[in-house]
Amino acid sequence: MSQPAPARPLLEVDGVSVRFGALVAVNRVSLAIAPGEILAIIGPNGAGKTTLLNAISGFYHPYEGRIAFDSTDRTMLSPPDVAALGIARTFQNVALFKGMTVLDNIMTGRLLKMRGSFLLEALYWGPARRQELEHRAFVERIIDFLEIQAIRKTPAGRLPYGLQKRVELARALAAEPKLLLLDEPMAGMNVEEKEDMCRFVLDTNQEFGTTIALIEHDMGVVMDISDRVVVLDYGCKIADGAPEHIRKDQAVLDAYLGVAHD
Amino acid sequence: MTDLLYLVAVAPFTDMAGSPAFLVEVLLGGVFAGLMYSLVALGFVLIFKASGVFNFAQGVMVLFAALTLVGLLERGVPVVVALALTTAVMVALAFAIERLVLRPLVNQEHIILFMATIGLNFFLEGFGEMVWGANVKRLDIGIPDRSFIVRGVQINQLELTAALTAAVLVTVLALFFQKTRIGRALRAVADDHEAALSIGIPLKTIWVVVWSVAGVVAIVAGVMWGAKSGVQFSLSLIALKALPVLILGGFESVPGAIVGGLIIGVGEKVGEVYWGPLVGGAIENWFAYVLALAFLLARPQGLFGEKIIERV
Repeated sequence: MSQPAPARPLLEVDGVSVRFGALVAVNRVSLAIAPGEILAIIGPNGAGKTTLLNAISGFYHPYEGRIAFDSTDRTMLSPPDVAALGIARTFQNVALFKGMTVLDNIMTGRLLKMRGSFLLEALYWGPARRQELEHRAFVERIIDFLEIQAIRKTPAGRLPYGLQKRVELARALAAEPKLLLLDEPMAGMNVEEKEDMCRFVLDTNQEFGTTIALIEHDMGVVMDISDRVVVLDYGCKIADGAPEHIRKDQAVLDAYLGVAHD
Repeated sequence: MTDLLYLVAVAPFTDMAGSPAFLVEVLLGGVFAGLMYSLVALGFVLIFKASGVFNFAQGVMVLFAALTLVGLLERGVPVVVALALTTAVMVALAFAIERLVLRPLVNQEHIILFMATIGLNFFLEGFGEMVWGANVKRLDIGIPDRSFIVRGVQINQLELTAALTAAVLVTVLALFFQKTRIGRALRAVADDHEAALSIGIPLKTIWVVVWSVAGVVAIVAGVMWGAKSGVQFSLSLIALKALPVLILGGFESVPGAIVGGLIIGVGEKVGEVYWGPLVGGAIENWFAYVLALAFLLARPQGLFGEKIIERV
């Protein structure tokens, strides 16, 4: 019985620690994300999940360890540089441009794909307009894909929470990322909204081939959609494996349910 | 009682109707002053939108730009070259401010950044004085301060040029920010820094751009005011007149800055000419602030500002 050789990971996190003063929020965590997989990062509150995501997307810089994307070291990049590499993300507390329409919000996701000098753009109408139209066409595809046609012209700040999360996903997808980081994409949603979101995450993975890492608390969701699960507790990685193994892992059960001290 | 009512509510309007050409002159004077206020307010709005910083030094930037231009002209540099050099100086200033002031203070409270711009205000004032001297200077850019008469209305050529320049500048800026990629990036940064970073907008570049644009706006404002009333330190005080404009128009609205400036400019001129004699004059000096107070009571978000609704 031969296993296929594991593909070269898309993202490699190697012994990364993030510290805030004396507090070690992430402690020597190593993990790899293979191209095309959906990885769930779980753990109790304060386990360091969001901190790890912030380190990957450049908002925090690791105190030690390295992060490589596409086999290239990129430990110390800033968020815009990380975005330019093809890593898009959403935030735990939706970070949309509230004053802009949904369409404009999603268009901002295409900014990195747009070329040409600003001055030319302001003066030189032909090519600039053609470029704008091409990007509009792509954005319309995403709008169809995520079924948000009806709210295209609505200012993002006026939308209900569940839809805001969906628009944020649309903006991330507009960048055509290789790796998509989702920080609690289903937090605060009702069952129906969660089901929709799960479907979109799976469809994104299948249709666009996007590799996805997501933080999620809903175990049902995690077990359903992820290929692999990484568990953090107090900043350390305590488990890494297929969902069905994680479900039975003693260390994970202890972390979530507590351990009897007797 | 009826006499007073007549003087306040009737006489000014009969005056206006009696001499429409004069009314038009007063209105034009108001529009000119208003556009100048708008230009300064525009500098504030651009920086405030992009970085949430209330730039206390905007008025001094106007003065600094005018001083630089006059200094170059005095040394015999041709007008066009001097304008180009002044623009280069203001852009260099934008780079320096981003590198030396904003970058070290990133993620600090807004009040800290505000304090930093107060420091910048004093630095620029002193630096300008050191380099170019503190005398009142005449600024002559080759537009004669003459008037011509159209259908009985006296029009000042300098004011007309200034008003047209300001109108063109404002239109170009509005197009720039509404229609271009960088405009969208700027609006994104204004809305949410973190999200803007995550989609690949480099904050530093945006800051340099807005401070440069604010610098260019300062040049235009400095040239216009300077040509009208000489380049002197009181030039930096027009920033104070821009404050009521911002309250009227809303701190984050480019059209608001323009309309607010026009309302105040026209309002204070009309008030001064037609109602001034009733209260012994000087309406021009306080009109803007009283109007701003009224707005703060009735519509604190300004004409175009977004009403902030706190969810509890």
